[in-house]
Amino acid sequence: MVKDQEFLRKKSSYCLDLAKKLGATDSSVVVKNSVSETVNFRNKKLDEANRSDDLGISITTYIGKKKSSISSSNLLTDNLNILIEKCVETTKNTPEDEFNSLPDRDLLANEVKDLDLYDDSHIANDEKIDYLKKLEAAASNDKKIVNTESSFTQNKSNFVLANSEGFCDGYKTSSFTASSVTVAKDKKSMERDYEYSSKCFLKDLDDADELGKIAANQTIRKLSPKKIGSEKIAIIFDKRIAKGILSTFASAISSSAISRGTSFLKDKVNQKIFSDKINVFDEPDILKGLGSRNFDSEGVKTNTLKLVDQGILKHYLIDTYNGNKLNLKSNGRCGGTSNLYFENGNISFKDLLNSNSKSLYITETIGHGSNIVTGDYSVGATGFLIENGEFKYPINEITIAGNFKDMFQNITLANDLEFKYATNSPTMLIEGMVVAGK
Amino acid sequence: MSNFFEKSDLSRKEAESIISDTLQKCDDGELYLENSKAESILLDDNKIKNSSYNSDLGFGFRAISDEVVAYSHSNEISKNSLKQSSENLKSTLKSVKGTYNHEIPKSNKKYYDNINPIEQKSLNEKIKILNDVNDYLRSKGDKVKQVTANFLGEQKSVEIIRSGGETLSDVRPLVRFNVSVMVEKDGRKETGVYGVGGRQSYDSYLKDENWKSVCDEALRIASVNLESKPAPAGEMKVVLGPGWPAILIHEAVGHGLEGDFNRKKTSAFHNLMGQKVASEGVTIIDDGTIDKRRGSLTIDDEGTPTEKTVLIENGILKNFMQDRLNARLMKTRSTGSGRRENYRHIVLPRMRNTMMLSGKQTQEEMIKSVDKGIFAVSFGGGQVDITSGKFVFNCTEAYEIVDGKIGSPIKGATLIGDGPSILKEVSMVGNDMMMDPGIGTCGKAGQGVPVGVAQPSILIDKMTVGGTKL
Repeated sequence: MVKDQEFLRKKSSYCLDLAKKLGATDSSVVVKNSVSETVNFRNKKLDEANRSDDLGISITTYIGKKKSSISSSNLLTDNLNILIEKCVETTKNTPEDEFNSLPDRDLLANEVKDLDLYDDSHIANDEKIDYLKKLEAAASNDKKIVNTESSFTQNKSNFVLANSEGFCDGYKTSSFTASSVTVAKDKKSMERDYEYSSKCFLKDLDDADELGKIAANQTIRKLSPKKIGSEKIAIIFDKRIAKGILSTFASAISSSAISRGTSFLKDKVNQKIFSDKINVFDEPDILKGLGSRNFDSEGVKTNTLKLVDQGILKHYLIDTYNGNKLNLKSNGRCGGTSNLYFENGNISFKDLLNSNSKSLYITETIGHGSNIVTGDYSVGATGFLIENGEFKYPINEITIAGNFKDMFQNITLANDLEFKYATNSPTMLIEGMVVAGK
Repeated sequence: MSNFFEKSDLSRKEAESIISDTLQKCDDGELYLENSKAESILLDDNKIKNSSYNSDLGFGFRAISDEVVAYSHSNEISKNSLKQSSENLKSTLKSVKGTYNHEIPKSNKKYYDNINPIEQKSLNEKIKILNDVNDYLRSKGDKVKQVTANFLGEQKSVEIIRSGGETLSDVRPLVRFNVSVMVEKDGRKETGVYGVGGRQSYDSYLKDENWKSVCDEALRIASVNLESKPAPAGEMKVVLGPGWPAILIHEAVGHGLEGDFNRKKTSAFHNLMGQKVASEGVTIIDDGTIDKRRGSLTIDDEGTPTEKTVLIENGILKNFMQDRLNARLMKTRSTGSGRRENYRHIVLPRMRNTMMLSGKQTQEEMIKSVDKGIFAVSFGGGQVDITSGKFVFNCTEAYEIVDGKIGSPIKGATLIGDGPSILKEVSMVGNDMMMDPGIGTCGKAGQGVPVGVAQPSILIDKMTVGGTKL
């Protein structure tokens, strides 16, 4: 069982009191417990069962404008005493930074809404096994599938965030995640693909049969890929890749990248960085949302932000430290975005496929080719050639490249947004990118 | 060394008896205990932005029956907690009928000293060096707009208790020092990154103001990139410099030769043992025994002493890298490659220091032989799809080659290739093998472990360069 609020609150107040006694002028503490149980299957048989019980504490102490932090998984009082003493000592020896501070008291969250993030139901390992049996049966139906691996994880977490301004709050969350990875083989090639479902509530999880089928179909259709020539071409990003482009946007508007001057979106607030029709929201209070939260990792209240309005950048993602530096108030984004999404476009998926006589549909990218300093983008890619709206054949061993500054101006979105992850995008078309192949 | 039972209500004897009781009739398994201490001190934007310390303690209890692994971990080293874990393992492996394999090789060799690098240098000394780095780089002219530098130090004590009470232990130091610098000219910004590290004290890398050479290298890369032109797009010849570019070896063939993917037949290499997978003259080893290197280990995380494993010898595939589980199921022996990020994770076969050995040619000959291609000197990172065999890596410093001569620097681009065939495209192997500077971390199944790479200069006849210039 995951530890209760009372246990976590006791530990946190012990730490705050001790830090104060040892000379800290301010301090904050996070105590977390997370218990998960995972069952893995491979080729219709049990492969691994894993239970983890993780306890962790992290403490930050301030002496005036000096700051230091410690973290540990050992919550025994003896150990906490040693660590907090060490933390305060280190704080004394760390140079001042005028921008260090706890958040403004009036920005702290004063109510914690029930966002429906915790499901008390427990799925025993035997029931997970039943689900995975069904999933793997569906996934391995086709003879071309030569290997299946699947996984079911139940996670229950609880946390408390407290600081010396009097803030002390936290809540339980849960997640249930199932995934299926399949390998398909024919004479010419071997390919792998996957499908995945993650929900706060067990009853919302995708059907096992459905999940296995999708994974298998997505893998089989990749068999016998071809390599194409190098050219300038329109690229359609599958939703699971398009969300990554939105994440890159989020890191480029984080106040730390902005204040350090290491983002291609520095000084772009109130400027048009996307095409006219693009709107981006970060909405923290979606019920059962995978990224939902009441406050950020400093306790600052998080409200919905329309980050991009008709192509115009409206906000950075601001935490206390970088806000102090930029002379802006925190908007509750310490630790990043919550439920971040592109609003739906106004054409259908089918019309998007048809918008060019020839395009590439990308289902997977590999490599770390996004540079937020310059905006340059270059990654390895796998996908399909689309001609006149039809999937023609699979392609691989190509790269796609461009610069986000241009790419953002050339985005067209379909109207097929769904909330499958914490960051979500409809299917995305970007014109004028370069493919390198043969 | 840590005494894991000192402040616990659980005695070593009791732990041993729970372990033996749980693992009887299992094929393998152990209790893995870990105590790590880590520090991070970061200078950024002219200030000491972060000084943090982490102390982590926990155990992972593993039981294996045939192909099935049961694992349970916790932070609390106590009687209750270990018994609870034991119950978890037993309930997963309902009917076990194996024979515990007590055999584990022994060695007295050690590849690093029992030191705690964090305590060998005071906080004030570390802060002084970081400030000196900042002043030094910013004195190099107005174009330097941002400097980030950090120290990462760690001491990890591990103990492995097997059924019957056999105990193996290791204390592992690890440090890393990194510098990142951003320069700006005419509105254009570029970054350069460099670092050093390994399993010894900070001073082994930084004495005599050696940190200056780390700064110089980061600044040199950033300055080169300020002048870079768009990279070409398409298939062409590629010359790789020595050292860090061996990420290519790590991604292209290394992962595909890890035992688990081959037992499961999901690696593009699983049916190629004994066959020619590389050009003649290409020999690749994975070595955990190089003194004080980042990827070296005295024993792996199952207690097996590490070794020098020949993967590809003169073009022929010779061995996979194995942990105990995959070795047993593939009827071979562990190569001391069983590793985990920490006690929260299960063991997987992983790389240590992966190296292509020197050949006879010179880098000059390689460049001279290329009419049109690129010369790649430094890389950011890479990734591989082990099933299709396709891999990528990202250049952070590269130049075009025109008519046998090195030309202008080109912008960072991704290179993509096919693992099982790329090494057959290697037409020259240089005589200048070099180790990387000691900063690599490899990710697999959500677990990061420190690794090393090495290679000489090599010429690859055909690879796809992912630039924007057609």
